[in-house]
Amino acid sequence: MFKNHPTLRYILTRGSWYFLTFLVAVTINFFLPRLGPSNPVDIILAKAGGVSDNATRQKEESYLKEFGLAEVDKAGNVLRDQKDAPIRTSAVKQFGNYIFMSLKGDLGTSFMSYPKKVTEIIKNAVPWTIALQLPAILLAWIVGNVLGALAAYRRGIFDKVFFPLALGANSIPFFAFGMLLVYLFGIYWHVFPAVGGYDSGLIPTFSWGFFASVLYHYTLPFLSIFLIFTGGQAIGMRSMCIYELGTDYVKYAKWLGISEGKVLFYMFRNAMLPQLTGLALSLGVMIGGALITEMIFSYPGIGMAVLSAIQSNDYPLIQGCTLLITVSVLIANFSVDILIGFLDPRVKAGRGAR
Amino acid sequence: MKMFLNLFKSPSFLIGISLFLLTICLALFFPFFYHIDVRTMSAPMMPPSREHWLGTNHMGFDMVSLLVRGLRSSLYVGFLAGIIATTVGTLLGVYAGFKGGWQDEVITLLTNIFVVIPQFVVLILISSSMKEGRSLTLIAVIIALTSWTWSARAVRAQSSSLKSRDHIALAHVNGNGTLRIVLYQILPYLFSYVFMVFIIQTASGIISESCISMIGLGPYDSVSLGTILNDAMRNEALSDGAWWAFMPATVLISMIVFAFYVINTSMEGVFNPRLRK
Repeated sequence: MFKNHPTLRYILTRGSWYFLTFLVAVTINFFLPRLGPSNPVDIILAKAGGVSDNATRQKEESYLKEFGLAEVDKAGNVLRDQKDAPIRTSAVKQFGNYIFMSLKGDLGTSFMSYPKKVTEIIKNAVPWTIALQLPAILLAWIVGNVLGALAAYRRGIFDKVFFPLALGANSIPFFAFGMLLVYLFGIYWHVFPAVGGYDSGLIPTFSWGFFASVLYHYTLPFLSIFLIFTGGQAIGMRSMCIYELGTDYVKYAKWLGISEGKVLFYMFRNAMLPQLTGLALSLGVMIGGALITEMIFSYPGIGMAVLSAIQSNDYPLIQGCTLLITVSVLIANFSVDILIGFLDPRVKAGRGAR
Repeated sequence: MKMFLNLFKSPSFLIGISLFLLTICLALFFPFFYHIDVRTMSAPMMPPSREHWLGTNHMGFDMVSLLVRGLRSSLYVGFLAGIIATTVGTLLGVYAGFKGGWQDEVITLLTNIFVVIPQFVVLILISSSMKEGRSLTLIAVIIALTSWTWSARAVRAQSSSLKSRDHIALAHVNGNGTLRIVLYQILPYLFSYVFMVFIIQTASGIISESCISMIGLGPYDSVSLGTILNDAMRNEALSDGAWWAFMPATVLISMIVFAFYVINTSMEGVFNPRLRK
């Protein structure tokens, strides 16, 4: 099948791979938080003060129903066994419910801000995260690759200064660099705001004032993600290009007297593919790191939502966020893979890329 | 062996290894010069002074003492996670690459799946489900469990390229078993590579520990560099300008990681002739 369409066949194989990975990810996302002994309903009840009277009992029932933890009869009452303990829904059935609800776009109810739905909280946070991370990662990838190729090609003084800098940027953990920027520019010099996504006195509207405030708050977190990624990408591209420079085709092209720009272009194109694959593999790490940057800057995105969810044991919100992060990483990976499918001549020749 | 001697001619390797030894000395020998005390409380959030070289934290504990303890825990978690992840990953990777067949398929399937699922997410999910009893060792094991796939993937690719070499065929003809061939014929070739994998795994183990501790999912009974950062963040040390509460810890983490990365890059330069000038 698809013998005449190697690119299409490649995309379909990759697609089924990602579907399998998705299934594993969803299963992990459901079962890992249930490894521990803690039961979410007990946690909320303990927070509310656990006196066993009628009101608590009613509250417990409503929570058990809300989170799908107990068997319910047709009238909507919680079923109880002889000892008057609610009959627990089996984990497998809960898993079924979870998948069913998630597919409908319902990720449950948050503990922390109780009647609020998890989806609602996430919906407010996602635009911030996308607006911060997508441009930072893409730009860093492009700039890093260009700089890396230049460093490899020029060597000399440019490389001597640039390479240690890139190595340094790459080995500073995200949070360390973020904290340094917050402290220096936000607290010590007061050049940029240290925390938040916009001025706390403003209400989000489509006005110039609000937009300017957002941009002003955007600078530091953007820089801290951008600079570190650029370093990492540049190092990878540099060693790729040094390798390409030693290959026969580059030597031959130089010997033929082809212009430097053209040789550089060929070399760049060939070194690009492994860099794309590298991007696909490191996206998860990048997004995880960028989320921590959000936490440092108290940026109102998913990172902050995860942090506050962890601090208040808000399991549904943790699970909702982790599911969202995993799915976005998978989608981003798949997009890079499709790109590789169109760019890699080996795929077109039907020999697979990896 | 000559290769390893070449390492000491590389200036970046010397920088890396001396930075690394410096951190080890700080963790092990600093207590001989400085009175380490993590029990006595003084005034909270005091700036550096004669008694407290790096001030005190929000509870009034001496920062230098906390940092030395924290550095020890972070190195412990990093090395333990690195050792477990590298051992498991190398054994499975070599086995898969050498054996081929369905064993290879299964291991490749597993690693391909877990390479894409973000490690950060899995770490959060496991650690948040274990509210009690998160010890340093357990955290190291969790980090190793989520990162061995990287080493398995890398080592598998290397060992499958060794498979068709003549001396392996010769060992087969001589009637050696798989385990013996792997141990005596394949692993020695991979040694420098595996060592580099181990360095990276240890560095990323230290980063993972500090990340997970920083967001409040760290060890419950010990101080690590990550929990110091978590305390600093939760007690507004950043906005109060109390640099001594977070800066030394971030500098230490960055220093260790930088040292490891520099060692790794210089080893790559020495072991991979293509990168040599």
